[in-house]
Amino acid sequence: MLSRLLAAIWLPLSLTWFSLYSISSVASDFKLRSQCPPSFEKTSAGVCKLRTMYQFYDSVQGRGLGGTQTSLPEARDGFSPEKIDLGRYLFFDPLLSKDGSVSCASCHQPDKGFADGMDRSIGITGEKVSRSAPSLWNVAFLDRFFWDGRATTLEQQAMGPLFDPKEMGNTPEKLVADISANPVYKAMFTKVFDDKKVSVANISEALAAFQTSLISLNSRYDQYAHGYHQALSENEIKGLNIFRSFVARCAECHQPPLFTNNQIAVIGTPDPEGMAFDVGAEATFNDKRNRGGFKVPTLRNIAKTAPYMHSGKFDSLNEATDFYNKGRGHAVPEDEELLIHWHIWEPNLRPEEIDLIVEFLHSLNDESLTPQLPESLPSGLPVVDQKYAANKQLQQQLQQQEQQTIEGEEDDE
Amino acid sequence: MSKGKILSVVLIAAAFGVGNYYGGLNSSPVITSSSGGASFGGGYDKSQDQDASAEAVQQVQGEVRVVNDGESIMAAVKAANPGDTIQVMPGKYHETVYVDKEDIKIVGVIKEGARATMDGQGKLNDAILYSGNNFVVENMTITGYKGNGIMGQAGNNFIIRNNLIVDTGVYGIFPQLGKNGIVEHNVISGIEDAAIYVGMSDNIHVAHNEVFDSVAGIEIENSRHAIVENNYVHDNTGGILAFITPGLPIKTTYDVIIRNNFVVNNNTENFAIPGSTVAMIPAGSGIIVWAGDDVIIEGNIISNNKTGGILVSDHNSFGAGSNDPESEPNPDRTMILDNFMMNNGYDTIDEVKALLAIELKGSDSADIIKVGGGVDSCIINRHRYTTAGVSDWKECDFTNTKNIETYLLDKPVAPRDIDPSERGKIAYLGICTGCHTYTDRMIGPPVNIIQALYMDNPQGLADYIANPTKKREDYPEMPPQNYLDEGTRLAVAEYMLKTSN
Repeated sequence: MLSRLLAAIWLPLSLTWFSLYSISSVASDFKLRSQCPPSFEKTSAGVCKLRTMYQFYDSVQGRGLGGTQTSLPEARDGFSPEKIDLGRYLFFDPLLSKDGSVSCASCHQPDKGFADGMDRSIGITGEKVSRSAPSLWNVAFLDRFFWDGRATTLEQQAMGPLFDPKEMGNTPEKLVADISANPVYKAMFTKVFDDKKVSVANISEALAAFQTSLISLNSRYDQYAHGYHQALSENEIKGLNIFRSFVARCAECHQPPLFTNNQIAVIGTPDPEGMAFDVGAEATFNDKRNRGGFKVPTLRNIAKTAPYMHSGKFDSLNEATDFYNKGRGHAVPEDEELLIHWHIWEPNLRPEEIDLIVEFLHSLNDESLTPQLPESLPSGLPVVDQKYAANKQLQQQLQQQEQQTIEGEEDDE
Repeated sequence: MSKGKILSVVLIAAAFGVGNYYGGLNSSPVITSSSGGASFGGGYDKSQDQDASAEAVQQVQGEVRVVNDGESIMAAVKAANPGDTIQVMPGKYHETVYVDKEDIKIVGVIKEGARATMDGQGKLNDAILYSGNNFVVENMTITGYKGNGIMGQAGNNFIIRNNLIVDTGVYGIFPQLGKNGIVEHNVISGIEDAAIYVGMSDNIHVAHNEVFDSVAGIEIENSRHAIVENNYVHDNTGGILAFITPGLPIKTTYDVIIRNNFVVNNNTENFAIPGSTVAMIPAGSGIIVWAGDDVIIEGNIISNNKTGGILVSDHNSFGAGSNDPESEPNPDRTMILDNFMMNNGYDTIDEVKALLAIELKGSDSADIIKVGGGVDSCIINRHRYTTAGVSDWKECDFTNTKNIETYLLDKPVAPRDIDPSERGKIAYLGICTGCHTYTDRMIGPPVNIIQALYMDNPQGLADYIANPTKKREDYPEMPPQNYLDEGTRLAVAEYMLKTSN
């Protein structure tokens, strides 16, 4: 029991120590790392290749989905450690926005599951954008991005927020000019890219390289999957069994081990009042049968990314889970005809079964490989934002107090 | 099928003209003998299947655990080790049994006809869920569950045999995402979707089952290399289906042989859940090929199915259509060999009547109906049947599938073979490097310091990993890594002690 308690404290604590460590050790001259991020092996060619326990398993058609011990789909990897590290600086740097006020990390904050805790994100104009920020955990395995699946690579995806007037509001010309004018970045690009150029293509590639290093595959669920069945509590196992039963059917779209099947699904989730109906993937594929269709999101670290759904309609995992229990198409507006996915039906789960599913979803938390936040940025702008920094400090204090309390309890034993 | 779709079918048929291929209006029928002739030469080549050439799994022989009436099957599964057999004595069991372990057998003991019965009492979700490889379940009776009788999730080399599954939820037997499996000698009825549903799987054999009083009898969906033979499929809404269902992560169905089945009286009113794929099936459908490719239909007795004996369709002409740009909607290379077909389509739907009318056929008989796209299909002895939409099909250049006994693999699919050093390396990189780097202080101490301490003692390090104690004041205590098995812990320790970066 004590070990479980310690393990539970370990993960949040690890983030704190990461930050402390980074403050004391990162050189002020912004030297790019030559080591690969955790979970990556540096090959003789000098690039980083992903290594996970799931590579012990095989799967039908190599798609990597379904059961506890199945392989993962092919991941995007093979970037140099320097390119990944450059991407890390860019990701956190508000220099990438039109007026230096927001960075990628403003909407994808490491301590909020790489989402932002908002129903719909607030961009550079201060207005809410049309959809919520998805988590970036395990994006290396995906080949569809945005809620409506309109991008097929991370590079393509990066262009969306960078140049959307409501998000980061930049233009390709200004972006390249700002980064070129910064001598630190200029030197980094020269070192990292063969063509030595600061270009939109190279910026988005570095961002992609960094994002592919966000790996979350060491949760307690994963320990269970690898054969250590004590990693989950009795209730969590019950929740897992409801989750994967063909009554609830959660696992049909949120298939292990990624907890997404990377498909578009029309489920008929409601939009917030006053908002026009979001047509979703209908626009992407120019096909009305995809009207109201959105990408199936991963459930990795899902407990960290409330509120839920494309428009943040549900505040809690209970509400989000209960949506599926309320019956096929129950929230579809009267004037809409949607081709709701056949997995959506009326499972008639008992409230306690919904609670068990939610309990299980918490066992998918794993932030053990959270990357370090840069202590400072080549632009001199604040990392993420001030509010974020203040929050971190508060968390740090709370965790230290918690640790002291536990140490006190241990002494009592 | 909408009227708009029918109209387009009519126009297309008119544009190509009504073919009078072999056996047409004024020519003598070409009779192909299926007693001799060439055997199917195409299909699945096992030697090209990488997984199939893997080393055989050494199935462990474990102990036998007996579960008596009043005891828990799940408790026995929890206690079991790979290789164990769980014998379930006759009696009533009200539980969901999940098997996330390799090499487990659940065998019901039948005594003078009395069987072990799992009863979900209308409350429990699924009876048996398995994800482990080499899973066997036989001789069980399953009833009263809301979801599935037996559901597999990515377990390979499964055998599901001699089970009686009645009045239970959505699917009777549902192996999903598995390779190399057998479903045989089961009796299943009263299922509101498919009695046997093989989903997104490869190398499957479904034989000698009796399936009835369900919406679909046997469904092969998004699966490859499947043989469905010698089954008695009666009194369902639709008998045997070979489907590509859009929107799923695995997109194809091909190499399916449907042979020597009885497909009779499948006229039960459709009682599927609205919105399910099978809700679109008209009552009275014998065999349906929906977008599936390379489907061979041979030697079946297909009779008294009121809508039609064999229906072949693409996604656009039948059902809700595809909203998945990656799933190819047309049934290509359907191959219909000799089948005994009698009294099909005697009370068919308007859409089929319209198709028959185009070819000036009567409206009270429909053996083989093809609608929509698809290429390179063939048929022999077409004069035997009432058909629509197959006049441009070629004559098949083979008459039987005798040279394909099974698509099962010669040896079980093996788990990926990883040598111990790889195992150590992957566990080290995947887990340990979250806290340790080679030379720098991170959450844990640098690896080179650990190396200095344990250089000649990998076992000592492995023991520490399993059960760490606080050693350094200025570092947090390491969480135990006892979820890794002993072999992996030692492999990690050995790797950690020799790594140089």
